Amino acid sequence: MNLLFQLLVNGLIVGALYGVVAMSFVLIYKASRIVNFAQGEFLLIGAWACWWLLTHWQLPFYIGFPITLAFMMIFGVVLQVVVLRPMIGEPIISVIMVTIGLSIFFQALMKWMFGVFAKPFPPIFASPTMNVLGLDVQTVYVVSLVISILIMAGFGWFFKFSRMGLAMRATAFDQQVAQSLGISVRQVFAMSWAISAMVSAVAGVVVGVVNGVSSALSFFGIKVFPAVILGGLDSVVGAVVGGLIVGLLENMAHYVDSQWLNFGNMYEIAPFYVLIAILMVKPYGLFGTKDIERV
Amino acid sequence: MMNAVPATAAVAAPAPAPEKRILLSVNNIEVVYNDVILVLRGLSLQVPEGEIVALLGANGAGKSTTLKAISGLLKTEDGEVTRGDITFNGERINGIDPDQIVRRGIFQVMEGRRIIADMTCLENLRLGAFTRRDGGVKDDIEMVYHYFPRLKERTGLAGYLSGGEQQMLAIGRAMMARPKLILMDEPSMGLSPLMVKEVFSIIRQINRDLGVTILLVEQNARMALQAASSGYIMESGKVVLDGTADELTNNEDVKEFYLGGGNEERKSFKNLKSFKRRKRWI
Repeated sequence: MNLLFQLLVNGLIVGALYGVVAMSFVLIYKASRIVNFAQGEFLLIGAWACWWLLTHWQLPFYIGFPITLAFMMIFGVVLQVVVLRPMIGEPIISVIMVTIGLSIFFQALMKWMFGVFAKPFPPIFASPTMNVLGLDVQTVYVVSLVISILIMAGFGWFFKFSRMGLAMRATAFDQQVAQSLGISVRQVFAMSWAISAMVSAVAGVVVGVVNGVSSALSFFGIKVFPAVILGGLDSVVGAVVGGLIVGLLENMAHYVDSQWLNFGNMYEIAPFYVLIAILMVKPYGLFGTKDIERV
Repeated sequence: MMNAVPATAAVAAPAPAPEKRILLSVNNIEVVYNDVILVLRGLSLQVPEGEIVALLGANGAGKSTTLKAISGLLKTEDGEVTRGDITFNGERINGIDPDQIVRRGIFQVMEGRRIIADMTCLENLRLGAFTRRDGGVKDDIEMVYHYFPRLKERTGLAGYLSGGEQQMLAIGRAMMARPKLILMDEPSMGLSPLMVKEVFSIIRQINRDLGVTILLVEQNARMALQAASSGYIMESGKVVLDGTADELTNNEDVKEFYLGGGNEERKSFKNLKSFKRRKRWI
């Protein structure tokens, strides 16, 4: 019973992280209708950048982390301006191919620069685990849950009240109307990539601190797909809910598998089974609007 | 309430100058869609500061295209001004991106209202002020509510508003940008006669109170000429007739084609057709 509870807490925490990455994926999709297959690489690049600053330059975490975020912001803008802006107006399949290409390129680049083996982060917190309600939970996970909730609240505030957030929603609704209101659609696109890269990097660093940094991180991006599609490609709330569902499902599957089935890989594939089942009933996801393009 | 009224009103205030300053001038422009379809062929018009100018014409004459050429939205539809130029406030503005044109003070209220359906009224209004950085946005929201009290009562999504309310929201959104010139595309479209009256009275009111210049495209020629001080009549991408609103209202051809009636007794359909063929302006 204790194991089940532990796994549920884990699921919640990991699910919140999935939710954060899924949100940043949805952000790009909503603003520019691009399905970004390189989302996982944003985590990877963010984690490696932070790792490099912390180990190679021996910077303390509270300096290295903000630098990482600033770097990812610039990285997102540059990527959008250089690679994706020329693709505006091209068929959706071409744009998807470009993001898949980016994914492969960045994965290879990271392997070339930092090697293929997982490298651990230097210890960041004084004690690696802490006790929450009688459970051993990694400190970084608790911190990550807090950060995830903060980011989600931040997204909510941003889209509801800030000037740029409203502009992004307007652009997602109708680009021509947005332009007629004086919104620069190019600026909104660049900004959505910047925020998306930055937020993904936060998740990347958190996972990197727990598991060490390796190219396995970009698999996170793949896991986010069921979360996003479950919630509906264009719903930010759906992304969070989808993320939580996938996180919990994984850990439930792990529990069932370890107790009775002993297949050994249920953890990885269970979310995808559930994804197929849900899409058979609700093809636009749980929260998605009906006229979206499916991939 | 009224002290919220802005600097633009002050500019337009010393009114009784004999010759009005030309705010917008469109000179002999040619517009091509998709590199092949010629829509406007040498269109020229002038909009004096502080006035309402009507742009009338049949379906497909190029009225909306003219507005989009001015606001730059043509770019978003694969259209291009290939000849002539558009000057606003003494500056040439053709070829500039639409968001930059909004910043210069031209705001288009597009045909079909085009409010953002999945946002609330308030959010739509705040988006209207997107280009502004001054602190007067809150006061201006109150000002819009003063003109359109019923928008204040609607707290739900704008998509659920009635057609008339959506038009009011679209006009209110334009007011929030504090533009010098509003391009209004068919504000009466799909509205009940009573609502059309209300919308037009508000158009006149904001023109008077805020000193905003308005270029008005309309199918409802009678209402438009009542509100406007001068007008242009377009056909097949050209201006074929222009004059003050009174001149146009009393012009026999305009009566015949746009205002209905005319001074003769009703013709049979067959006669009308041949008449129309003879009297085409092109």
